[in-house]
Amino acid sequence: MVPPPIRVDANARPGHNTFVMTNPEPRRSQLLPALLAAQAADGWISEAAAGRIAAGLGVPLADVHGVISFYDLLRATPGPEVVHHVCVDPACALAGSAGLRQKLLAAGADVRDSPCPGLCNRAPATLIETRGVLTAAEPDARDHVDGDVRWLTALCGRGRPASLAEYVASGGMRAYERALREPGQQVIDEIRKGGLAGRGGAGFATAAKWEAVAAAQGPAKYVVVNADESEPGTFKDRILLEQDPWRPLEGALLAAYAVGANRVYIYIRAEYPLALARTRGAVDVLRMAGYLGPNAFGSGFSIEIEVRSGAGAYICGEETALIESIEGKRGFPRLKPPFPVTHGLFGAPTVVNNVETLAAAQALLERGAEAYCAYGTLKSPGPKLFCLSGDVARPGLYEMPFGISLGELLERAGGVNGHLQALLVGGAAGALVGPEALGTRLSMEDMRAAGLPLGSGVVMVFNRTRDLGEPIRRIARFFAHESCGKCYPCQLGTQRQTEILERAAAGAAMPGDRQRLLDVGWTMTDASLCGLGQTAASVTLSALKRWPELFPND
Amino acid sequence: MTETVHLTINGLTVETTRGATVLDAAGAIGIDIPTLCYDPRCAPNGLCRMCVVEATGARLLQAACVTRAVEGMTITTESPRITRARRTVLEMLAASTDLSETPDALAQIAETGADIARFAGGRERRPPVVADNPMFVRDYAKCILCWRCVQVCAEDAQYAFAINFDGRGFDTQIATFFGKPLPETTCVFCGQCVGVCPSGALKPLRAWELEHPDGPAA
Repeated sequence: MVPPPIRVDANARPGHNTFVMTNPEPRRSQLLPALLAAQAADGWISEAAAGRIAAGLGVPLADVHGVISFYDLLRATPGPEVVHHVCVDPACALAGSAGLRQKLLAAGADVRDSPCPGLCNRAPATLIETRGVLTAAEPDARDHVDGDVRWLTALCGRGRPASLAEYVASGGMRAYERALREPGQQVIDEIRKGGLAGRGGAGFATAAKWEAVAAAQGPAKYVVVNADESEPGTFKDRILLEQDPWRPLEGALLAAYAVGANRVYIYIRAEYPLALARTRGAVDVLRMAGYLGPNAFGSGFSIEIEVRSGAGAYICGEETALIESIEGKRGFPRLKPPFPVTHGLFGAPTVVNNVETLAAAQALLERGAEAYCAYGTLKSPGPKLFCLSGDVARPGLYEMPFGISLGELLERAGGVNGHLQALLVGGAAGALVGPEALGTRLSMEDMRAAGLPLGSGVVMVFNRTRDLGEPIRRIARFFAHESCGKCYPCQLGTQRQTEILERAAAGAAMPGDRQRLLDVGWTMTDASLCGLGQTAASVTLSALKRWPELFPND
Repeated sequence: MTETVHLTINGLTVETTRGATVLDAAGAIGIDIPTLCYDPRCAPNGLCRMCVVEATGARLLQAACVTRAVEGMTITTESPRITRARRTVLEMLAASTDLSETPDALAQIAETGADIARFAGGRERRPPVVADNPMFVRDYAKCILCWRCVQVCAEDAQYAFAINFDGRGFDTQIATFFGKPLPETTCVFCGQCVGVCPSGALKPLRAWELEHPDGPAA
């Protein structure tokens, strides 16, 4: 990469961001936006259109083909005018997606199976694709939002999106305006005092990440907001971006200021058209209101936000695959180290944070670490968003203090419909647990001690009438569909795991299949290159232990 | 002056230069770590995971080809966990693609006692032979997706960028732009992809014809 031209601000103060970028991003990073635009114009991406884009951006033709064929929602052949994407993942299956699919097919509709589109609380879910473009028609009113704390979700669940004026009136943007008058380090110190940990699944200390990027050397630095929320069962980031994009955006601005980044990318999965539209609109409003630009509030801080759409790839929720995707490449995860904090987007130091993490950072900085720590446990302070779906009375988004038990959370959502058989915690990359886990407290430390993933805050409920084999197979198929194919354990293992589970369900298990599942599962867990492969057998392995009778008996 | 680092591999202390990989360091003292995708002529990507080892402090197995040696590191190259990963990868690969001309895989199958029929009956990758040029034949039913051809066609050697990937996951294949015949692409027929192919998927036309007197390539 050619080093970007930089201009040093003569009025720079020590510790502050002093660079103004003048086009640092390579042209190739426009590839995915260009392909999506071509598809929006023509309904698909013809060879001629792909060729023009390749020439225009200076990207090899074969690479363009590689990118088109990687993303599930890019079409290299013309398709039907209207396609119904029916979710085939567990929560929608419980709510009757199979019947919905049949009904659509019987009516002569073109139907495609879709991975979880994050509408588990309104299952069964469909998305409509019209001439290659996904649309959302569902009203916000159907998202049930509740909880004992309403910091992150204060303006969510009201049936309409919040305006900037409402957000500011509720206390928003004060933290950003205040931060601009202080050194960036002060923001990081406050985040550390609040003990904020990442909400994307790994639970990494946010202050440590920001500190590393602040300390890293580089002419440019970036903040990347990971809104590629695709973990089956998860819909928290969708609701935040659809109903109150201001909060995570303010969090991103605070992160950028703290680490000295001048550019924020927010990468939203294509299956969230409403979140994409609302976030784009919010960024435009922020720019007009003076929160963005070369000299935000006359502080000398230069900041821009760019909204990027994914194109159908769960793997792009992995931070390095997401970075590759923004760079205009196939979403292959990178080898780590080096980590994004030193070698991230365009090789520059980069903060990658989940949407909820940034919303929580905003809440923490608005209220101060002390107030923030009044909720939650000592080691997991603050509120956490939980996504409840399945056989529960009031499926929806719940903002609760860390440390409540699984049972208390279920009670808050009105309890189980029927008798509890199992809970899927953490999502497809999580684990299946039985009613004995109801006492487990939902905090980073309690879950770790119980050997359970908190993941993205998914709690999916299965009552005793359900065949647990079904969600296990659906999750296996999900991973086989979403494996990027880079490393062998995952590329091969997700396929073999699915085949073994499916033949068992068909009554055709072979002798030795249980051991095959264990060997495939542990090989993926131990030897895969990235988090996708490392967790692709997590649900199967957890269920093998807890419900051995569900699996072939050698 | 080159900085040296010390690490322990299978109980033996090794001194190596900073920047060397665990694979390099083990090789230097005669410890053989198996590899499939690795080729010293290409940038390593840690794809096949045959070279996984245990490193103290690491929860998961580490790919030796891309793990840098650091001072004080302790490495184990053989354990039941490592053997299970290597054997299972070979067994799953054997059920997916034709390994008959991948000598490294065949040797490792024999060494680990992998059962190549263990995952038989599942999906296989068996695309038709592509003979679209007078130089070489592409038989991707033998492809192990080591990426070497894509790499030498791009930044690792030739900068021709004629081939890349198609699809993803288990269905990944090596492909040209919209499946065009190689003569219609930026391929310059340098032959480097044929030279680095470890599995007989890319073969000079002449060699292929000698093996297939009645074959479709012409």
